[in-house]
Amino acid sequence: MMSKPKVFEKPVGVKDYLPLAVTKLRQIERSVLTCMEGWGYEQIITPTLEYYDTVGVASSTSDQRLFKLLNNRGTTLVLRSDMTAPIARVVASLLRSREFPLRLSYHASVFRAFENEAGRDAEFFQAGVELVGDSSAEADAEVIALAIASLQAAGVKRFRIAVGHVGFLNGLLEELLPGRESDQSKLKDYLLNRDHVGYRDELKRLGLRECVQRELEGLLRLRGGREICEQAIELSTNETARQSVGHLRQIWDALEAYGVSAHVLIDLTMIGDFSYYTGMTFEGYASDLGFPVVAGGRYDNLLQQFGRSAPATGFAIKTTRVLELVGEESEPQRRILIGYNNAGRRLAFAEANRLRESGAKVVTALLEAPGVHHGDEPVTSGDRQPAAAGVEQIDRKVRRLPDGESVSYGGQVYGVFLPFFEEEAAEKGAAL
Amino acid sequence: MSSGIGASQDILKVAMPKGRIYKQASRLFREAGLLIQDDLEDTRKLIIEVPDAGMEFIMAKPVDVPTYVEYGVADIGVVGKDVLMEENKDVYELLDLGIAPCRMSVIGLPDWKPVINPRVATKYPNVASQYFRERGQQVEVIKLNGSIELAPLIGLADRIVDMVETGQTLRDNGLIEMEPMFGVTSRLIANRVSYRMKNDRIQSLCDRLQATLSSRV
Repeated sequence: MMSKPKVFEKPVGVKDYLPLAVTKLRQIERSVLTCMEGWGYEQIITPTLEYYDTVGVASSTSDQRLFKLLNNRGTTLVLRSDMTAPIARVVASLLRSREFPLRLSYHASVFRAFENEAGRDAEFFQAGVELVGDSSAEADAEVIALAIASLQAAGVKRFRIAVGHVGFLNGLLEELLPGRESDQSKLKDYLLNRDHVGYRDELKRLGLRECVQRELEGLLRLRGGREICEQAIELSTNETARQSVGHLRQIWDALEAYGVSAHVLIDLTMIGDFSYYTGMTFEGYASDLGFPVVAGGRYDNLLQQFGRSAPATGFAIKTTRVLELVGEESEPQRRILIGYNNAGRRLAFAEANRLRESGAKVVTALLEAPGVHHGDEPVTSGDRQPAAAGVEQIDRKVRRLPDGESVSYGGQVYGVFLPFFEEEAAEKGAAL
Repeated sequence: MSSGIGASQDILKVAMPKGRIYKQASRLFREAGLLIQDDLEDTRKLIIEVPDAGMEFIMAKPVDVPTYVEYGVADIGVVGKDVLMEENKDVYELLDLGIAPCRMSVIGLPDWKPVINPRVATKYPNVASQYFRERGQQVEVIKLNGSIELAPLIGLADRIVDMVETGQTLRDNGLIEMEPMFGVTSRLIANRVSYRMKNDRIQSLCDRLQATLSSRV
């Protein structure tokens, strides 16, 4: 199958991030985490490795998508596939005595194995929050509003959030197809797989009464604002369905109060993974990006698997995906080059530290005193171009560029050059 | 509908399959009132602007349509159910366009008898594997890229899985349709993000197409 990897290759689905991308990624990360901190969420870090039997089994990631490995005792471990299950473990153990509600945030890389699914990373970065111990619509609205604030903080301009509720569909189907569980789950599977054609065909196959079929088909069009809740509540007398819609309506009202409902679309066919989500679910989409950037929802059954039953809601934002979206930031701050020789070294290092403390980026380099040239040493490739007008050769390896300020050294450009050679050193020393 | 993000309702990028399905799809689009010139496919351009319909056609090999839509380089696309089943991409399947009807079938020689190590040749290895697995049969699936009918004739495979439209090719080669698997028509698919961000445009296109389709019947 696969030949021996070549030296430049890495496993499928993992990525390197080069300095410019990392600068941007860190900026996004910082903005998002600062935003979450501003909403009173405390950041935590959990290990990359977890036990398969605890966090692995509890996570929403399907078994064949977990990276599994064995430790030296033969116990199966997993690379964490999300942060929600590890946080549930911490909340139920180390934070057991802390009272609810708990507001926790994180930024971490997570791992998921994919086959034949190009464009999906096996390792990617997520920032997110979990709000544990509050089952109210207010809590759900808070995480949605925070997801919106986080997207804005990350610099995403055009986006939309779709909100659904697993309870509505469950209730409606139980009312219209009472006791027909396999038919119900077939219909839900079609919706989960986004196959509206299959859903309609299945409805026809079921041979339902005309009005029931029309009602279930109409579900596909239940998308929009608060008015969708009014329409949906008319559709069902089932208690679960009505409660779910009522809950969504409360969420909508809260989001309106936050002033963010213009970004939100209610979609009652958006259901998420049934085995995991128990209430409201949502996804965030940004234009010019083919894949969702935010996913979240309520998962009231997860915590009990770790021995501390509690309702919980949260979301994660894929910061590596936001990275593809956010345009080039303004030119990063230029670095300063301090050139010194043996005589100037002490002062050069002192100046470099002073500048670094004030936030500057400083590189130091041992240079020859100006004017000294050794013909036998190789010249670095970056400096091989013929000197253009206004380019001054400061040292064999350092050239001043035509703007009179910046210099080139080792093929890279520095905004400022500060020399610390003998004479200047003495001069500087006198000036201090 | 909340009008907060109306600005995103701009040009709709449509991945169109070149060839047989294109003609039928563009005819359907025109019947639905979209202003699409009928000679578009004669050009060799791969990206064709259709300004009167507010669209841009990306002329794609049919099997690539779901890929373009999944990645979001096209908002929506027209593609056969056979390709959708084989490629298994994460896209919305919005509408059965009812065009290019045919069926996926298991095909063999009239005197076929069960063999100990069955081999099935096909252009659709995923579809074939899944079909036989679900029926509790382990078969070796051989992927071919064309002239699938050859395989049983020259002894490469004892059966094939392929699309049957009129059945003429089968008859000409002395083969018979053993089991029809499922019907195939072309579908309208949408990218997950476009489906939300360009919700109004896509929904209204769906409605117009659906109205046209039900008036056709």
